[in-house]
Amino acid sequence: MKIRESFPERAENPISGTIVKYLFFLCVLISLLTTAGILYSLLSQAIGFFFEVPLIDFLTGTRWAPILKPQAYGVLPLVCGTLLVAAIAAVVALPVGLATAIFLSEYAPDKIRRILKPLLEILAGVPTVVYGYFALTFVTPQLQKLVPDMLVFNALSAGLVMGIMIIPMVSSLSEDAMLAVPRSLRYAAYALGSTRLEVSLKVVVPAALSGIIASFIIAVSRAIGETMLVTLAAGATPRMTFNVFDSIQTMTAYIVQLSLGEAPHGSLEYNTIFAVGLLLFVMTLIMNVIGHLVVRRWREVY
Amino acid sequence: MSLQSNKIFNSHLRSRAIRGMVFYGICLVCVCIGIAALGTLLVQVVSDGWSWLTWHFLSDYPSRHPEEAGMMSAIFGTLWVMAMTGIFAVPVGIGSAMFLEEYAPKNKLMQIVEINLANLAGVPSIVYGLLGLAVFVYWMNIGRTALAGSLTLALLVLPVIILASREAVRAVPNAHREAAYALGADKWQVIRMVVFPGAFPGILTGSILALSRAIGEAAPVIAISALVYITFIPTSPMDRFTVMPIQIYNWVSRPQEEFQNLAAAGIIVLLVVLLSMNALAIFLRNKYQTKSDE
Repeated sequence: MKIRESFPERAENPISGTIVKYLFFLCVLISLLTTAGILYSLLSQAIGFFFEVPLIDFLTGTRWAPILKPQAYGVLPLVCGTLLVAAIAAVVALPVGLATAIFLSEYAPDKIRRILKPLLEILAGVPTVVYGYFALTFVTPQLQKLVPDMLVFNALSAGLVMGIMIIPMVSSLSEDAMLAVPRSLRYAAYALGSTRLEVSLKVVVPAALSGIIASFIIAVSRAIGETMLVTLAAGATPRMTFNVFDSIQTMTAYIVQLSLGEAPHGSLEYNTIFAVGLLLFVMTLIMNVIGHLVVRRWREVY
Repeated sequence: MSLQSNKIFNSHLRSRAIRGMVFYGICLVCVCIGIAALGTLLVQVVSDGWSWLTWHFLSDYPSRHPEEAGMMSAIFGTLWVMAMTGIFAVPVGIGSAMFLEEYAPKNKLMQIVEINLANLAGVPSIVYGLLGLAVFVYWMNIGRTALAGSLTLALLVLPVIILASREAVRAVPNAHREAAYALGADKWQVIRMVVFPGAFPGILTGSILALSRAIGEAAPVIAISALVYITFIPTSPMDRFTVMPIQIYNWVSRPQEEFQNLAAAGIIVLLVVLLSMNALAIFLRNKYQTKSDE
């Protein structure tokens, strides 16, 4: 922009200049079309479903049995399972992620930071199907030693591993927010005699709070949309329960289960995945929008 | 009086110091949780899968019998899908970044584009799978082919590539552009000869990292490909296909322990591929960084 103002624009080659500009614009258009495509594909198939199953029954029904007779299309058990796993993950990841971020930004010497950051990046880069394997073959057997009557597929082990999976997300976003807090605030607090703990918790964390909360929201929304881990480790029995030792089913796991099955294209069973997908999309969208709004609304500008 | 307050102050200092130590300890433990989990996971995978990782595992097709099963079709499926995903996503990502950084006017439409990009990055990957299923597989009638899977993954990684490319483009100093303009270059020449070469290392690194994310994705590909028992190598984009994470998922979800060990062997292969891509990205970043510092 600045260049345009300071230099009178040279007459551009009308052909290459314009063609290139519109070609680049077409590229931008693709990302807009992606959103349109998501909305179109979810809505067009879900509408067929909502003609046969009223929206209110879908959202408030407490039994989800789209394949077995008698069929029932109440999505609440899937929502319940999804939130249960996400809540367990949040209990693990939010405190641990925040403490990791504080350690990285306030305590760790540069050398240790340079080792820790790539390790956390690897943790974030491990495919979720690998975490599913880990939950099923390692964490569940270990937990079963403590709680013998726990089922093989259970919400707890999926939730715990998912918590570990989203730690890097919480820690890196929170750390970014903390690094943006100016040094002068810290020095001022130290000059008043604060300890490192007091500087961290009473100065840096409050100043970075908007970014920290946003990192929490975005990480939980990621947990809600996570698929392979819960498909492998949490089970395939949709039920309304808050018992963490029970087998449950999440919205994402249901979509995978039905995609692998033989439901004919266009049938009511088939369209359920788009109705569930639409609900999942709306839930994560709302959380992401809130996350971005929190950053925008409460960001302290230094 | 002053002596007394000094005493109070000192006693506080001590308890505050202790509290500080405790907090430091808690932070240290929290950092270790993530790292310890990563370590345990790697040890577990290697100890389960190492003995199953043989040449025939890499060069055989999946089978009902664990001792005969291999993941060749999945490895080649992943190669096909990744190559096509890169071909679709990287040019579009670079084009978008160029438009947004070099051309975009400040108006409502561009604001919508920005918000849209931020939200696309947060859409769950399985939703992209549903998009691909409805649009590519059925609406465009491409079928459950490697092409449909690649197009879907390309849309999935596009926001990541755009983000990385924009950062790289932004990092090209304005002085370079101004110098080129001063020499009489027009905008397209500046982009082609100054901005793109300057941003290239960053774009390359970002694209490799984005593709390494796509390699590990199973959810959207399952929605597209569905069938997981494939005993041939795709020979064209219109063939049915499977990829490594789906093959691993398939093995993990079987009850027999042999298949779980096969899954661990598959995971080793997948992680080696991912880590080498990451190492390559870091290597390229460091190589070009030192160059620009000179």
